[in-house]
Amino acid sequence: MQRIRLIYSKGDELKFTGNLDMMKVWERTFRRAGLRIVYSQGFHPQPKIHQALPLPLGFTSEHDMLDFWLDSEENLAQIQSKLEKALQPGITVQEYQIVPPEIKPLQTLVLSAMYLIQIDPANDPPDLASRIEALLDQSECLRERRGKPYDLRPLIESLEINCEDPTKMSMTLAARPSATGRPEEVLDELEISLQDVEIKRTRIILSE
Amino acid sequence: MNSNQQIKKKLNSILPFVQKPGRYVGGEYNRVKKDWDSVRSHVALVFPDIYDLGLPNLGVMILYEEINKRPDALCERAYLPWLDMEKAMRENEIPLYSLESKTPLSQFDLIGFTLPYETLYTNVLNALDLAGIPLHASERVENHPIIIAGGHAAYNPEPMASFIDAFVIGEGEEVIHEIIDLLQRAKEHGTTRAETLQSLQALPGLYVPSLYNPSYHPDGTFESLTPLTKEFPTSVSKRFCGTLPPPPTRFLVPSIDVVHNRIAMEIMRGCTRGCRFCHAGMVNRPVREQPVATIISAIEEALANTGYEEIALLSLSSSDYTQIGSLVDEITRRFKDRNLTISLPSLRIESFSVELMEKLKGVRQGGFTLAPEAASDRMRNRINKPIQAEQLLATAREIYLRGWNTLKLYFMIGQPGETMEDVQAIADLSKAVIVEGRKTIGKRANLHVGVSTFVPKPHTPFQWASLDPLAVVLEKQNLLKDQLRGPGLKMTWSNPRETILEAALSRGDRNLSKVIETAWRNGAKFDAWQDQFNFNIWMDAFEAHHLSPDFYASRPRSMEEAFPWDHIHTGVARKFLQREYLRSLEGTLTDDCRDGCHACGILTEFSDLRRANPSELWLCPEVN
Repeated sequence: MQRIRLIYSKGDELKFTGNLDMMKVWERTFRRAGLRIVYSQGFHPQPKIHQALPLPLGFTSEHDMLDFWLDSEENLAQIQSKLEKALQPGITVQEYQIVPPEIKPLQTLVLSAMYLIQIDPANDPPDLASRIEALLDQSECLRERRGKPYDLRPLIESLEINCEDPTKMSMTLAARPSATGRPEEVLDELEISLQDVEIKRTRIILSE
Repeated sequence: MNSNQQIKKKLNSILPFVQKPGRYVGGEYNRVKKDWDSVRSHVALVFPDIYDLGLPNLGVMILYEEINKRPDALCERAYLPWLDMEKAMRENEIPLYSLESKTPLSQFDLIGFTLPYETLYTNVLNALDLAGIPLHASERVENHPIIIAGGHAAYNPEPMASFIDAFVIGEGEEVIHEIIDLLQRAKEHGTTRAETLQSLQALPGLYVPSLYNPSYHPDGTFESLTPLTKEFPTSVSKRFCGTLPPPPTRFLVPSIDVVHNRIAMEIMRGCTRGCRFCHAGMVNRPVREQPVATIISAIEEALANTGYEEIALLSLSSSDYTQIGSLVDEITRRFKDRNLTISLPSLRIESFSVELMEKLKGVRQGGFTLAPEAASDRMRNRINKPIQAEQLLATAREIYLRGWNTLKLYFMIGQPGETMEDVQAIADLSKAVIVEGRKTIGKRANLHVGVSTFVPKPHTPFQWASLDPLAVVLEKQNLLKDQLRGPGLKMTWSNPRETILEAALSRGDRNLSKVIETAWRNGAKFDAWQDQFNFNIWMDAFEAHHLSPDFYASRPRSMEEAFPWDHIHTGVARKFLQREYLRSLEGTLTDDCRDGCHACGILTEFSDLRRANPSELWLCPEVN
C-alpha cells in the first residue's frame, strides 16, 4: 500500500463542482487511470481519498492537495503517466509525492490558505486601501455566520492590495479545523460584493 | 449579438447566484470540443429538460458520439435551464447556448430535439424562444438552423408539427449522417431552405410536416393528410438498424451528480412479448440483440473510458435476451471485485430472474422491481401479459428469501375493460405479497406498489381504446389507497390530471400545436415535474381554441376512424393492431412471437432490410 499526495489546480470547468462531487470526480479519475485505490471495509466501501481543504463553490484553485492510498506499488512516473490522460477537464496536476502512510491525515496538517481576489475594475472601490487598513487596525471583528458569533480578525493572517494592480487583493486566512477564515466574510467586511469578484486559492500551507 | 466570449463573461457573473450552477458549464470528461471553423456542419442536440435528467440520456449519448466521429462535423449539447437560471438568462440577455463552446444555438446548422415523452413539448418551445429562433417552422428563414426532432413521442408528430421542420421517425444512428450530408450539399449549392426541406422529405424516415395538409370531418375528427404535391410520399416508414451498431463507450462523465451516473449498456432493442398497451414494445420492433462478446468488450472499454462504478444493462425485457444466462455469468466472472454496481431491470416474474440478480448483486444492493401490470386473469389475458398469481408469490418469496428487503411491483389501472373487481385484485395480490414477505423475513419485508394509469397510445393495439374518465380513475385510485396501507406497504400513483394531458398530447392532431403554444405562452413548462405541472393552464389553453382533452383522450373510437398518426409506419400494420385489439376484447392471448411469427407486418414492410441482414441476432424469421 502506498500513500500518494497530489498537488493540483482546479480551473474554471470545475468551479461549480462541490466537495462531495469532487470526491466522485477523483474516484472515477483513478478508475479511468487504472489505479487501484484502497477502499474502506464495510457495507458501503468508500475509496480512500482525502482532500486537504474544501474549496467553496465558485472558487478556482491553483494549489490544492489530496492524498490517496494505492493498492499496489508503482513509481511516480507510472502513476503520472496513467493519471495524466484520465484527468477531468479543469484539473492539472503539478506535483506527485510519495508520503509516509503513517503521517497524520492531510486535513489535520493544514494551517492556513492564501487567496487572490480579482475585483471587477468597473466596481473597484477607490478607498479599498483605507478599508483594509481600518480592518487590520481592529483588535477584534465580531461577526455571525450561520447563527454563530465569532471573531474574524484573528483568522486574518495577512491582507493586502497588489501594489502593481490595485484591482487584485491577496489574503492569508487561518484554515485549521477549529478556526477557518473565509474570504467571503472578509470581502463582506470590506463591503465588496461577491458579484464583483473572482476568487482563486493560491496556496495551502501545511505544518511539517 | 452575443459572442461566445460575452456569454462566458455574463455567465461568470450570474452563475454563483443560481442553484446547482454546475449544470450550466459543461466540462464533462469525454465531452468533445472541436474547433468551430474546422468543420462544415455544426449540430446541437437538445434534451428538453434540465441537465440532471438529460445528461444520462442514451439517445443523446449515441448521436453525440456518432456525429462527433465525423471529421467534418461537430456536435454540442444544450439542456433547458431551471427556472432561476432561465430568469437570469432572460434578464441578462443570454441566449440558450451549447455547453461545449458556449455558442448561441441560433448559430448551429442543425438542432436536434429528443422527444422521449409528450410532457416535454412546452420545453421545446421555451428552448426555441430562449435561443431566439422563431417558434414556428413557417417563420424561419434562410440562416436559421434546421430544427429536427425524434424519439418515442415523434411517432405521432402532429401535435408538434408547427414547430419542427422535420421529424426523424425511428432510430437515428444511420439517418443522422444522411441528414448531415444533405445539409452540407445544400450549403455548398446555396440551396434555399424550402428546397432543402423538400429534399429532407425525400430521405427515408423523415417527415416534413409543412409539406402536408391535414383535413378534418365536420365533427372535428381527423380525415386525412394530403401531401402538397404528388412527389411527396403518402406515408413515412420508420428507420431502424438491421444490425445494431456497436454500443457507445465514451459516455459523458459529468462533474456534478445527475440522475443516472452510469454506463447504460443496451443489450437488445425491441420486444417480442406483445403486451397490448405497450408503445415501446410495438414501435421498437423487430427484436435485435447485441452479441455477448460485443457487450462485454463495450463494457470493458466504457469502464476504462469513464471510471463509472455502475452499469445498467438495458432492454425492454432482459429475461428474453437469448444469452442472458451466459451474459450474466461472463459479467460476473469479469467484473467482480471491481466495486461495481450492475443493474438488470425489466426482468420476467420467475425465480430464474432472482438467480440472475443474485449473481449480479454487488456490495450495494437496491430493491427488486417487477411489473405484473394486472392482477386478475381476465385483465392479464386482455393486455396479453399472462402471469400466474402463484408464480408471482413464489418469485416474491424467493426475492425476500435471498436478501432483498424491498420489492417493487408496478401495476396499471384503467386498461380497457377493467372493472372494480380487477382493481380489487391488485389490492388483494399486493396484500398477499406482503403477507408472504412477512412470513419469509418478518418485519424487514417492504412492498412498494406503483400504480400508473393506462394511456391509450398510438401505434398500439389499444389505440382504439379510451382513457378512463377522471372520476373513474379517482375511484380506482381511492380503492387502492384505502387498502394498500399498513406496515411495510407503500403505494405511489400518478396524478390523473397529468395522465389526461399525456393522453391528449400523445393522441393529438395538428390542432394541438395551437394549444401547446397557448399553454406555453401562459406559463406552462416542465410539465413532467409534479410541482410545476399546471392543469388549469392547459384546460384554459384547450378551451381558448375550442378544443377539449376528452375529445382526444376519452372519446370512444370506431374501428374505422382514421388517426392523425396513420401516415407514420412503424412496420407493425394497422391490420395487426386491429386483430390484437379484437383478441383483447375476446380475452384471447397471443404468444410471444419468438415461438412463431404472427405476421405483425415488420417483415412485409422491411423485407429488403431483413434480406440484407440475415443474422440470427435479428429475431424474426428469414424471408426469401
